[in-house]
Amino acid sequence: MSGPSAAASLRDRAAQFGLTPDEFDLVVAKLGREPNVTEAGVFGALWSEHCGYKNSRPLLRRLPTAGPHVLQGPGENAGVVDIGEGWGVAFKMESHNHPSAVEPVQGAATGVGGILRDIFAMGARPVAVLDSLRFGELSSPRSRHLLAGVVAGISSYGNAVGVPTVGGEVEVNPCYEENPLVNVMAVGLLRHEHLKRGTVGDVGNRLYYVGSKTGRDGLGGAVFASADLSAASEADRPAVQVGDPFMEKLLLEACLEAMERDLVAGVQDMGAAGLSSSVAEMAHRAGKGVDLYVDRVPRREPGMTPLEVMLSESQERMMLTARPGREEELKALFARYGLDAVEVGVVRDHGELRLIDGGEVVAAMPVGALNEPPAYVRDGIEDPAVRAARERDLSGLAPVPDATAALLTLLSAPAIASKEPIYRRYDHQVMTNTVVLPGRADAAVIRVKGTKLGVAATTDCDSRYVRLDPRLGAAHAVAEAARNISCVGAEPLGVTDNLNFGNPTDPRVYYELERAVEGISEACLALGTPVTGGNVSLYNQYAEGSRVQSVHPTPTIGMVGVLRDVTRRATMDLKRDGDVVFVLGAGRPSVGASEYLYRLHGLEAGSPPELDLAAEAAVQAVVRRLIADGVVDTAHDVSTGGLAVCLAEMAIAGGRGLTASVALAGEGPSARDLALFGESAARVVVAVPAERAPAVEAACAAAGVPAARLGAAGGDALELRVAGEAAVSSSLSDMAAAWSRTFAEALVSGA
Amino acid sequence: MSTGKSIAVVSFPGSNCDADALHAIGDVLGAPVKAVWHEETDLSTSLAVVLPGGFSFGDYLRGGALAAHSPVMGTVAAFARRGGPVLGICNGFQVLTEAGLLPGQLARNRGLGFECRDVHLLVERAAAPFTSRLAPGQVLRLPIAHGEGAYYADAETLDRLEGEGRVVFRYCDAAGDVTEAANVNGSARSIAGVVNERGNVMGMMPHPERAVEPLLGGDDGLLVLGSLLDAVLAAAA
Repeated sequence: MSGPSAAASLRDRAAQFGLTPDEFDLVVAKLGREPNVTEAGVFGALWSEHCGYKNSRPLLRRLPTAGPHVLQGPGENAGVVDIGEGWGVAFKMESHNHPSAVEPVQGAATGVGGILRDIFAMGARPVAVLDSLRFGELSSPRSRHLLAGVVAGISSYGNAVGVPTVGGEVEVNPCYEENPLVNVMAVGLLRHEHLKRGTVGDVGNRLYYVGSKTGRDGLGGAVFASADLSAASEADRPAVQVGDPFMEKLLLEACLEAMERDLVAGVQDMGAAGLSSSVAEMAHRAGKGVDLYVDRVPRREPGMTPLEVMLSESQERMMLTARPGREEELKALFARYGLDAVEVGVVRDHGELRLIDGGEVVAAMPVGALNEPPAYVRDGIEDPAVRAARERDLSGLAPVPDATAALLTLLSAPAIASKEPIYRRYDHQVMTNTVVLPGRADAAVIRVKGTKLGVAATTDCDSRYVRLDPRLGAAHAVAEAARNISCVGAEPLGVTDNLNFGNPTDPRVYYELERAVEGISEACLALGTPVTGGNVSLYNQYAEGSRVQSVHPTPTIGMVGVLRDVTRRATMDLKRDGDVVFVLGAGRPSVGASEYLYRLHGLEAGSPPELDLAAEAAVQAVVRRLIADGVVDTAHDVSTGGLAVCLAEMAIAGGRGLTASVALAGEGPSARDLALFGESAARVVVAVPAERAPAVEAACAAAGVPAARLGAAGGDALELRVAGEAAVSSSLSDMAAAWSRTFAEALVSGA
Repeated sequence: MSTGKSIAVVSFPGSNCDADALHAIGDVLGAPVKAVWHEETDLSTSLAVVLPGGFSFGDYLRGGALAAHSPVMGTVAAFARRGGPVLGICNGFQVLTEAGLLPGQLARNRGLGFECRDVHLLVERAAAPFTSRLAPGQVLRLPIAHGEGAYYADAETLDRLEGEGRVVFRYCDAAGDVTEAANVNGSARSIAGVVNERGNVMGMMPHPERAVEPLLGGDDGLLVLGSLLDAVLAAAA
């Protein structure tokens, strides 16, 4: 191994491996000697933020992770919750932000591929994908280009693999102009007895490399994802991997068959930092060492060094621990699919990851040290500019001159507008489980064949709320996700979080991260939805000279829930003329941080709405009860754009109008606008035939949840009165036109 | 049926609607059905063959082009020559045109993008073995999900198909009018499905196997798959 003089120069080059000089010294201390280049490179990748969570780990410990439904909490490829009848749901969300910024089609496509592998690594068959996307304003050609590319990437990969893309969300804001966010959530189904873990098992077990061959693509991806973006990032294009969905489909089927036939004792995706992280993590979970024969790794290009092989992020590869004695069956199975299955390692009791090349040990690293990167606890400080924006006095806000025109403006805002031009590009029906199609309800619903069970899934985050108040805003993201799950009739079970933030060494960013984690924690505890896994994506900021643009703090919440009887569910469309429309819940509207304030007044200011988690839990419970009892089949939560937008969406979806009277919810010159467009937590609109209205009122009274009759469905226009005065009058066709055009235009001009 | 015979659903590497076809035919219709890997060459116990949707061999080269050369396809062609019913859905339709079992080709959609949504189909041919449960002029609602579904053939071929009553389905609107606006992918003469001369090989782009349960939003697909079941039951009787 390297002598002292080589090591002295290696310390000078620590940054090249993604290590600080102090971290390099720590590696020396852990090894008891200087590392060689290969070792420094492997440590650097595993200790990167992307793999090692060194800035977030201490904070993540505050999240609630236990609960009666949790079968697998954080620390594995994906979390798993129990949905009953012997079935479990594996689910996880991950980001592919930086690759998508540089190469949107492949960046997004490989994001889908990676998260699917995390799901089937648990022994689960992936059954649904959701996408949470954020771009700059659609007036920007770059943003339209990125949007079109990301949609094309998700479409090309997900459609070919044959997993339906059933839901998601899109937000736009100038803060995402250079650094878009591409968060992909995947959901899988498994029988409890098929649950697999990423472990090497016992000494003597053989490790098999399966799937695509290893190339230089994605080299250093984990380090790339752990640094700020800049114009020079274009030069990092080789750090972006290229996806092959056909290979993924073969790998998926072969791995699931191998697990079903009990040919494997452990499974792990080769994700960020490739072979290094998969083998090191599998060995760590088992408390064992591994001899890894680097020269046996199938390659598609000559001349790769051991370090390049170890850090490659070539796609569609998995590491399997063979069930002892069944190695030949495993190899035959993969041969039938035309896939490589090569024995590359043996489990040892020496506790090290030893890399062997040409019969020589070229690196020897304690598995524990690789998996225990340093952790940093920093001091956060709130940005005074954010505080000033939050505390801005909005009491003198002038009302908009025309509430109908304001409604049409909001319906065309990207956060609200129809996403149909996007989801039509995705196969959302393959696997024939999709009970609620995209855009029809607050959450996607898929059935579990052979049972009455349904699985609901959603992704949510209002990043403007989080920007203005990280703790409250992050709690809102959890509350809204649970509300969306409840509005289809499902019981929320668990959360996967994708924490997208800027550079954590900036105290203002660290403050946002710390407070957001507190908010998630608080809401998850109150709503009974533990966090079973997730992903942290830091350094989402663009630095060019003195200009630094950090993204809004965006803790995307992915949530799953269960419907005990999938035939008892709700969607948002108004279904019958004459249905009585109620708004349920104690949430009080606020214009602070609202879409109305942003789109109609150009202000990103004020405090997000208050969040009473007890009131939130109460309204969600009563809505679930009413749906399960067959009283309610039409429900929609009041969120972005407020009550007027909620009612307009229900009318557009149902193709029928609605006449309603809305009560004032406050005072001041813009009281009418507050009633129409003010946002809140803890409010849900339901519609029922007149004869069932008393049942709604009785259930709400019993639960202590306010229920206000707003009006009735019918006609071909939305007619809203506020405090007795006509406020909104808009035809269904005008509303549908405003709501439909935004993404149709953006996708055409971005292609 | 106790003959030990079954409807074969062929799985090519990259097929992804094979499980859906097995579910629709086996679980929903209750017919005997069997998965057949593309390397198998024995269809002697098959009552009918279904080539499912998906991305066989990744659709590399062209949709269906590589699958057309899979070992099973020689046996499928022989099965078709003997009059056995062969149904190709979506990618399966592409495989059938690539294998020369049906005329024409499926090109990139007009507008170039992948399209997933429900469409309306006008029934033009009502005959065994695929459409006996239908009537000419009937309008079906079925899902589509494809990027390469624009049916294309030269004018002479199209004239012959129409003259021989071999156009089975055309894209139409909800009222059954065949319009350019309803021609979702830009197919020649709005053609969504055709049969061979003998009428025992059909290709269609829409997915009948996705529309067999009201829970999922519609069951018009049962009319197509049910017709096939009627035909194989009649043949087996």
